[in-house]
Amino acid sequence: MTTQATRASQQARPGHGINLHVLGPIVALVVLIVAGALMNSNFLSYANVTNVLARSAFIGIIAVGMTFVITAGGLDLSVGSMAAFIAGLMILVMNLLVPSMGAGISVILVGMVVALVAGLFAGLINGVLITRMRIEAFIVTLGTMGIYRSLVTWLADGGTLSLDFGLREAYEPVYYGGLFGISWPILTFLLVAILGEIVMRKTAFGRYCAAIGSNDQVARYSSVDVNRVRLLTYVGLGILVGVATIMYVPRLGSASAATGVLWELEAIAAVIIGGTMLKGGFGRVWGTVVGVLILSLIGNILNLTDWVSPYLNGAIQGVIIVLAVILQRESRPEG
Amino acid sequence: MTAPILSLNGVNRSFGPIQILFDVSIDLRPGEVHALIGENGAGKSTTMKIMSGYLAPTTGEVRLDQRPVAFGGSQNAEAQGVVLIHQEFNLAEQLSVEQNIFLGRELRRGLFLDKRAMRAQTATLLDRLQCRVHPDARVRDISNPDKQMVEIAKALGRNARVLIMDEPTAVLTNREAEVLFEQVDRLRSEGVAILFTSHKLDEVKRISDRVTVMRDGRVVLTAPTSEMTEDAMANAMVGREMSDLFPRRTTPLGGDVALRVRGLTVPGHAEDISFDLRRGEILGMAGLVGSGRTETMEGLVGLRRHVGQVEIEGRPVVIRSPREAQALGLVYLTEDRKGRGLVLNMGMRENLTLQSLPRFAQPFLDRTAEDAALDRAVRDFDIRAPSRAVRVRNLSGGNQQKLLIAKIMQADPRIVIIDEPTRGIDIGTKQQIYDFIHRLSGQGVSIIVISSELPEVIGLSDRVLVMRQGRLMGAVEGPAKTEDAIVRLAMGLDARTEGEAA
Repeated sequence: MTTQATRASQQARPGHGINLHVLGPIVALVVLIVAGALMNSNFLSYANVTNVLARSAFIGIIAVGMTFVITAGGLDLSVGSMAAFIAGLMILVMNLLVPSMGAGISVILVGMVVALVAGLFAGLINGVLITRMRIEAFIVTLGTMGIYRSLVTWLADGGTLSLDFGLREAYEPVYYGGLFGISWPILTFLLVAILGEIVMRKTAFGRYCAAIGSNDQVARYSSVDVNRVRLLTYVGLGILVGVATIMYVPRLGSASAATGVLWELEAIAAVIIGGTMLKGGFGRVWGTVVGVLILSLIGNILNLTDWVSPYLNGAIQGVIIVLAVILQRESRPEG
Repeated sequence: MTAPILSLNGVNRSFGPIQILFDVSIDLRPGEVHALIGENGAGKSTTMKIMSGYLAPTTGEVRLDQRPVAFGGSQNAEAQGVVLIHQEFNLAEQLSVEQNIFLGRELRRGLFLDKRAMRAQTATLLDRLQCRVHPDARVRDISNPDKQMVEIAKALGRNARVLIMDEPTAVLTNREAEVLFEQVDRLRSEGVAILFTSHKLDEVKRISDRVTVMRDGRVVLTAPTSEMTEDAMANAMVGREMSDLFPRRTTPLGGDVALRVRGLTVPGHAEDISFDLRRGEILGMAGLVGSGRTETMEGLVGLRRHVGQVEIEGRPVVIRSPREAQALGLVYLTEDRKGRGLVLNMGMRENLTLQSLPRFAQPFLDRTAEDAALDRAVRDFDIRAPSRAVRVRNLSGGNQQKLLIAKIMQADPRIVIIDEPTRGIDIGTKQQIYDFIHRLSGQGVSIIVISSELPEVIGLSDRVLVMRQGRLMGAVEGPAKTEDAIVRLAMGLDARTEGEAA
C-alpha cells in the first residue's frame, strides 16, 4: 500500500470507530442506570446500590484477573469450580481448627491464607500445564474445571459443607461489615480494580500481556519471557479467585456443588463486554468493571420491575454479550 | 502486435483528499508478461487493485477487450477472467488442494458433490502447470511454491485470461522462483496476459517482455524489457543515479574478537559452526534459503535449542533465551518483519520500546521517555509515518523495517545480527539502511548480516561466510569476495571444506 493511501485510510477510519469502542460500554451502563431509576424509585437507594455492588464484587474481582489472562491470549474456564473448591477447602480447614484454636480471628486468618495459597496453586497448575506442557488453555481449564467441581462435591460428600456456627458469626463482618458505610467486598473490588488498571496501563507486565496476546512470536523475539508472563496471568487470576472466595464464604457460610456455577462465564462475559479482545492483544480493566456492573444491573432491574420475567435474565445477558462482540468487530480498524 | 486485453486509460485515483495515482495508462496483451516496478509507495498496489476490480478508478477508464468496463468488485472481475493473486496466499490452509481449487464453485451432481469431475479437472489443471502436488494434500502441508501453483491453478480453473501477481517471488527461494518462471513461460505461450511486480530486477529482466516503471503515482516509462538494463530500471525507479549503493569502510578494523563461536550445533538445522566476529566488523552470511543461516543465528541468541561454545568479548557465556543474549549485548533482528518483528496492531511507540521495556519502567512506564525515544528514532532512522498514532500495520515495508532496526537499537547492543535487512523494500530505503549499518560499525558495533541477495552481502560485508546444508563451507574476503566464489561454496561445488573460518 502506498503511504498516501495509508494516510487516507487512517483519517477515514479509526477516528469515530475507536471512540465508539471506548464509549459503548459506558453508554450502555448509563442507559441502564437511567432506565432503572425511571422504572423503580428504589433503584438508586443506598440499600439497592450497595446490594448490587456487593453482589458484583465476587465476579468483579475474578473478572479483573480474567482480563489479564484474556489479554495475553489465554482463557480460564475453571474459575467458578475453583472458587467452589477453595470455599470448601477453606471451610473444612477452619472447622478442623475450631476445637484447637477456638472460633476466633486466628482461625479466620488461617482460612484466608489457605484460600490465597490454594488459589495460587490452582492458578499455577493451570499456568504450568498451559505454558510448559503447551496444552491449549481451553482444554486445560476445561479439565481443571471438572476436577475442582468434582473435588468440592466429594469434600461435601454430595451435600453442603457448612461453616462452624460460632465461626460464622465471627466471619460475617467480612461480608456485611465495612468502612464508611461501604462493605468490604465493595472496597476490595475497588482496590483490585484500581491496582489492575494500574498494572495493565502503567507497567511493563501489562504491555507484555497485550503484546503476547497480539503476537506471541513477536514478543518472544523481542526478549520477552512469554511463558513467565503467561504463567503469572494464571497465578494472578488464581489468587484473585482466592480473594473473591474469602469475601464469598461469610455471605452464606457454606459451600456445595452448586457454589460458583457459571461464574467463569459471567467473568468472561464481563471482560468481553468491557471491550477486551477475546482473542487477546488488547485489554482494559476499567472496561471489565463496567462490564460487571452492566451484567449485575440487568439482573437487578429485572428483579425490581415486572416488565420482563427475571427468569429471562440469562437471555438478556446473552444478547448483550453478542452485541458487545459485534460492536468490537466493527470498531476494529482492519480485519 | 496483438491488441490489449486489459488496459487502464488515464486513470486517477484518490483516497479522500489525497491523490495516489495520476494519469496512469498501462495495457496488458495476451501472451505477454508485463513487469510493474517501482519503489514502495509508487502506486503499484493501487494500480493492480484497480485492474482487478478491488478498487474503482476515481476518473479514467478500465478497458477489457477494448471496451470500457466497470468491474464493481473483484468477484465480477474474476468472473470475466481477471484474477489478482495476492502476495499473502488466499488459500484455506486446512482444506485439500482440490477443495481449494474448487472453493466456492464446487461441481455438483444433484444434491451431492461431483467428486469424480472435480478430481479430473484438478488433475488436468495441475498437469498443465506441471505441478506434482497431490490433489488430496492439505494446503498447510505443501511448500510455498506449490501453494503458488495452487493459486494459479485456482485462477486457471476460473478461466483466467489475465493473471495479476503481487510480488509472486517474495516468498520463494531462487530455485522455487525458477519453477514459477517456467510455468509463467508456459502460460504466456498459452496466451494468458500476465502482470507481476517484483523488487528483484534480475527477475524482471529474466522473465518479462515489457516493463512499466512507476514513481510517485505516475508511470515514468513503459518499454520492452530487452531495451532496458537493470541499472536503467533502478535509475528510472529512483529518479536519480544509483551510484555507490554501498558505502565504503572508513574506519579501520580492530583486531579484538567481539564474538567467538566454536562448534555451534542447532539440532536439525546447523552443525559444528565456528567463526569469529571482530569488533566493528560487518560479517556477511550467505547461502541458499534453507541452508541453516537463520536457524544458526536463532540458536546463537537462544531462540532455538543448541550446543556449542560461545565467547563474548573473551568471556565464555551461556545463552538460553533472547533475554539473556540481550543482557550480554547481543540482539537478533528477524527476517520475518510482520510475523516476528512487529506487533502490527500496536502503535510505533509500543513497538519501539517492547524490546527494552524494563528501561522505561521504574516501576511505572514513563510515557514521556517513550515518546522521546520515538522522536529520536523517527529522526535518526528517517521513519516516515502519516501520524504518530498510526498502527504499524499501516506503515510501508521500508518504514516498518526502519522501525524494527530502531527497536533493536533501543537495547544498546554491542553485537547485532540482522537477518535479511532489506527484504521487500525499495532501493532508496535500502541505501539508508546500508548507510546505517556502516555508521553502526564505525561506532564499534559488530554486525552479522544474513542476506540472500548476493550483491548486498558482498557490497556490505568485510567478510562473507557461506553455509550449505547446515554446515559452514568457508569464508571469502578481499578480492576473493565474488558472486561466483560464494555461489560455488553455497552449491557445494568447491572441494574446500574448512571447518573453521576465522
